[in-house]
Amino acid sequence: MLQILKNRILKGVLTRDIEPAFSGAIETAGMELRSLIRKRFGRSLHIRQLDTGSCGACESEIISANNPIYDLQRFGVNFVASPRHADALLVTGPVSKNMFIALKKTYEAMPEPKFVITCGDCALNGGPFKDSYYVCGAVKDILPVVLHIPGCPPSPLQIISALNAFLQNT
Amino acid sequence: MVCSEVIAGIKNIFGAFEALSAAQIYADEIRIKIEARFFKGTCLALHRMFSSPVMMLFASDERKDAGKFVVNCVFVNLKKCQWVIVSMDIPQEAAYFDSLAKSIYSSSLFEREIWEMFGIEPKGSPDLRRLRLHDEVWPKENYPLRKDFQKMKAGGLSDYKFDRVEGDGVFEVPVGPVHAGIIGPGHFRFSVAGEPIINLETRLGFSHRGVEKLFEGKSVFEAVRLSECVSGDASFAHSLAFAQAAEKISGVLTPKQAAYLRGIFLELERMHNHVNDIGGMAVDVGFSFPSAYASVIKEGILHLNKKLSANRYLKNINTVGGVSVNLDKDKQRMLLDSLKYIKKDFNQLIRILYSSVSFMDRIDTTGALRRKTAEDLGVVGLIGRASGIHADLREYFPAVHMVYKEARFKMATEESGDVLARLKLRIAEFNESIRLIEEFTGRLIEGREINIHPELKKGSALGYAEGWRGPVLYWLEIDASGLIRRCKIVDPSFLNWQGLSYAVLGNIIPDFPLCNKSFNLSYSGGDL
Repeated sequence: MLQILKNRILKGVLTRDIEPAFSGAIETAGMELRSLIRKRFGRSLHIRQLDTGSCGACESEIISANNPIYDLQRFGVNFVASPRHADALLVTGPVSKNMFIALKKTYEAMPEPKFVITCGDCALNGGPFKDSYYVCGAVKDILPVVLHIPGCPPSPLQIISALNAFLQNT
Repeated sequence: MVCSEVIAGIKNIFGAFEALSAAQIYADEIRIKIEARFFKGTCLALHRMFSSPVMMLFASDERKDAGKFVVNCVFVNLKKCQWVIVSMDIPQEAAYFDSLAKSIYSSSLFEREIWEMFGIEPKGSPDLRRLRLHDEVWPKENYPLRKDFQKMKAGGLSDYKFDRVEGDGVFEVPVGPVHAGIIGPGHFRFSVAGEPIINLETRLGFSHRGVEKLFEGKSVFEAVRLSECVSGDASFAHSLAFAQAAEKISGVLTPKQAAYLRGIFLELERMHNHVNDIGGMAVDVGFSFPSAYASVIKEGILHLNKKLSANRYLKNINTVGGVSVNLDKDKQRMLLDSLKYIKKDFNQLIRILYSSVSFMDRIDTTGALRRKTAEDLGVVGLIGRASGIHADLREYFPAVHMVYKEARFKMATEESGDVLARLKLRIAEFNESIRLIEEFTGRLIEGREINIHPELKKGSALGYAEGWRGPVLYWLEIDASGLIRRCKIVDPSFLNWQGLSYAVLGNIIPDFPLCNKSFNLSYSGGDL
């Protein structure tokens, strides 16, 4: 416990620790995001992430967006464990045939109103895997997708900015 | 060890053995061609001689040119730093071979893979259920890795049959493929009586994307980028193994400067993944402060990666013939400075974890994988080392990882095989990685060339790299115009998933996430 307290005091607030300019960018984008979420979702936006065959890099970046440096949660974005709790479905990966049913079922399990976001180049059109015999193709042909976050993988800041831009325009 | 010694060794154990041909194609690769009837005996002999699991067992389709399939089986002789590859021809009219699975367990998954992908039957195999092409969506008799496969033909679908544990009070807990966290897809079926798990069956393949087929027909320069997408958290190890296979075929000697740089990036990848897993173990027992602390260290390393190479996951660095990113004096200084901070933070993190009695109590003796089980299953890499298997390609293969010998790399191992052992091993490897990077950086000389353009020729070779999970293996075969004919990938996760099923036995389901995180295997790397 003493170790924790000591580190807590010495480290200070990490959410603005990397580089002043960079932290500034996170802060500005994030605060904007928070006010938009307040306006449109009451208090917070709940996202369920679904991997349909991604290589794992997108997941790693989404997890990174939740670390104390970016701390997406403080802007009102929560990642939830069940589709039943979610407003949005965040899909990564080219849709593998084996995940086709799971993708549809996860979407069906979500309560209305709901929307789908794709994350990473694979989810847009299959990316490097688009010619494969086992890939069903773009998520947008299967479910109604309203936002795509490009990148291979998109960095946490790109994820925050893309959410921001989207909420501004809807 | 030269060819004749290996052959004499096999004859000693398996008297009837005769080789059609044997050659030492590269310093670290011996190839033995045999008739199909000697295949099983030869493999058993090599398995005993080198106490090596089946590292790779794969087929390739040469029906168009020669009317046959070829099956290769790869063993490793760690002491002599050599790979021994046994190959046999299988005529297309009689597409079957003797299964090894009952004698060498580690071949079982590979045999199932050959059966589903090529339709070559391992006769006598106890289990021929498909791994990746799920019966519910992929009709029978569609073999995608055959060269003449064009499109899936419609046909009958069926269901997958799970093993059943029956008896009073036994119940099943199915989990997945969609899990609660931000994680890949896989299905776990626990059979439980009371609290302890009595059986765990893992069904994977959910992130199968047909990667091996996609490699075919691509040029090696294009394909090296694809290899980075096989397993996103080990993209550098994958592209390194791929590049090394292509370099071996072309005969190009990569510059020493490139070898140091590859060492630096390979260790950086190891560091950010190890610290991520240490944090993951903490979060899976609900100990959130150290997990947040670990994620800050991880972010620091990713940010450092970006500053050094313009990519957080070290993509676009490896090329066939070297690397494309050099580190000038400023970057070197930044790297060394950052390592100092990282080291300090990391030591704090470990102190926090070690000073929590409840955390240590929870991970001690949990999820133990015994050495004998690990050896039988063919478990490799970090998980194997935590169970007392002394195998690390960085230690044994200085031919490729030559710079590791220079830096006096020391392999870390543990004996107990539990979650604590895997934690300790990660800590030891993290610290060793910092030391190695400092050594490599000190040896960089400015102005040296970092890549050579290779002249490609027809041939095949095995490329390998010790990634953070363990050995990543690439078998590569290219034709005269430099296009890939066959690329077989083995990620360490493929065999290690089996280890997880045994490690959790006798533990309670709430400890499964902890065991799983301590393994942290790749879904995409195993499913390809």
